[in-house]
Amino acid sequence: MQRCVQTGALNQSIILRIKKAAMGFNSIVMVKQVPDTANISGQVMKEDGTVNRAKLPAIFNHEDRVAIELALQIKDKFGGKVTAITMGPPRASDILRECLYMGADEAYLISDRKFAGADTLATSYVLSEAIKKIGGYDFVFAGRQAIDGDTAQVGPQTAEKLHIPQITYSEEILGIKDGSVQIKRKIDGGFEVLESKLPLLVTVIKDAVSPRPFKARRVMAYKNARTLLELEKLTEGNSLLYIDQLKDDYVNKGLYIHTLTMDDLKLDESRCGVHGSPTKVHKVESVVLAGGSHEMIEPTKEGISRLIDQLLEDHILG
Amino acid sequence: MEKLNKDVWVFVEQRDGKPADVSFELLSKGRKLAKNLNGNLKSVVIGHDVLALAEETFRFGAVEAIVVDHKELGHYRTMPYSRIINQLIEKEKPRVMLFGATIIGRDLAPRVASYTKSGLTADCTDLQVSDVQYLRKDYKDLLLQIRPAFGGNIIATIISPDVQTQMATVREGVMRMEPLEKHVKGKIRNIEYTPDPVDELVKLIEQHRQENKVNLKAAPIIVAGGYGMRTKANFELIRELADLLGGEVAGTRAAVDAGFINHDRQVGQTGVTVRPKLYIACAISGAIQHRAGMQEANKIIAINSDPEAPIFGVAHYGIVGDAIEIIPRFINVFKQKLR
Repeated sequence: MQRCVQTGALNQSIILRIKKAAMGFNSIVMVKQVPDTANISGQVMKEDGTVNRAKLPAIFNHEDRVAIELALQIKDKFGGKVTAITMGPPRASDILRECLYMGADEAYLISDRKFAGADTLATSYVLSEAIKKIGGYDFVFAGRQAIDGDTAQVGPQTAEKLHIPQITYSEEILGIKDGSVQIKRKIDGGFEVLESKLPLLVTVIKDAVSPRPFKARRVMAYKNARTLLELEKLTEGNSLLYIDQLKDDYVNKGLYIHTLTMDDLKLDESRCGVHGSPTKVHKVESVVLAGGSHEMIEPTKEGISRLIDQLLEDHILG
Repeated sequence: MEKLNKDVWVFVEQRDGKPADVSFELLSKGRKLAKNLNGNLKSVVIGHDVLALAEETFRFGAVEAIVVDHKELGHYRTMPYSRIINQLIEKEKPRVMLFGATIIGRDLAPRVASYTKSGLTADCTDLQVSDVQYLRKDYKDLLLQIRPAFGGNIIATIISPDVQTQMATVREGVMRMEPLEKHVKGKIRNIEYTPDPVDELVKLIEQHRQENKVNLKAAPIIVAGGYGMRTKANFELIRELADLLGGEVAGTRAAVDAGFINHDRQVGQTGVTVRPKLYIACAISGAIQHRAGMQEANKIIAINSDPEAPIFGVAHYGIVGDAIEIIPRFINVFKQKLR
């Protein structure tokens, strides 16, 4: 009898382990739509020196696409599910569709006017609550940083709020075994290999892997994926369409991009958006150049010769 | 009303027991901030056998070194380090805490800021203390955290008015390292390390680190190229000129991103800050992130085909023209003079 129970327990644990292996590893990937700060033209700058965000082209933050790729590689190898999430304005659904084109299974848009003006602390609060609601994850992935702020703070701050460890600046996933993952990461002047228990938050650098191109079949399928806000737009001025029916229809077709607001997540408003952000922009100045103080040198042989003489005389050269 | 703590803390980073330069740079800056705040400068030193390092911080004006010394803490690991600092901040509530914007600092500072709900600004290029009026409220002695933003088109001053601890990270080389002639008589305060199971969630398996061979900061002459060099082959011209002048080669972030040159030679906000005797900027338009890293050079020569390029705003000598034609001309003229 005793032995029977033990064998039963053993079988149970083996079954659980096999089941876990068969289920693979679930990843939630935090992605961000960013203004293309590398290509700012004159039109984008307002007269007062601030930036007109609306005029900037919006792109998929590159390191976040690398994060999606890493999550997809884990899925390819071990099975599991990849869920892309973004906090942003309604138009950020563009990058969620791109995640679906690459191979993500599901996507979530976390959007609310009350999230506007969030710094990294308020952003990580919202994202961590969304991740808790989605749940069932082994990995949370993100790019190391987004090109609009270059802060690299949201990843670690989200990990802290989820009470899970973090590995930042990751270059390569070396292996996953017995609930632990080995990761090679960049450090100042070299690299190190860390082994972490799961769940874990991982931020990745751009050299880690190349994101895969979109699959044509998936583009055809998911170009019609819609957020709740986009479906609501469809029903506007069309009395024959009911939003609940339309949503159910899209859910059934697998074309629904989950949409979560502050209320859906039952968030504390004082921790969201501008209210939840300890850092404030006190002053913004357009960059003023001293200008005019330099000496113009003719681009000719003679001009350059005189310049070099001057530098030699001043003991700057030689 | 409870008296506010006005202390400035600096996290002193060490790798294999060797201190990072940025920590001493931050202590030098922190000394001035502490004076403006009427507070004390304190160093936070975590590691193994770090007593000598803790004492070295007195040379930069720390009046107290808070030391957590344990053999488990020799190598930086996120969990124990952040846990230790979280507890210290929660208990003692410093007014300002500074971290180097190194890989360690950028891993550690946000985790600590999240736990302590502090404001944190990354990659500041300047820090000041000033009274501030914000939304019609007066705040005394706030930390102004100044950094370029939005692709360098603007300079933003960030404040954290309603938190106790204002945090910032600063890149290496941005602040000047200024040791005192006579070091202060500081106090060592040892804090005991109490292990916790969460410290063991992540284990270090192996670590490889090489001394950085490139030392741009010490180079008297630097020849730098931008994306405007167009190809990696053209970038060889930069190398040729640098060799001829006995200088070092450097590049902008765009040049690094384009693969013309390695990241360890990047000058600017997200690279190295340099103050050489001569800086020759070739085909560099001069985004503020780049200028932030080189504008304090003694003499700057800018070569650019666009006469409106911002780089001319910080240059002492300007040459308008295509760098790819002008560099060989420069090389020829200089060689003739050497004869």
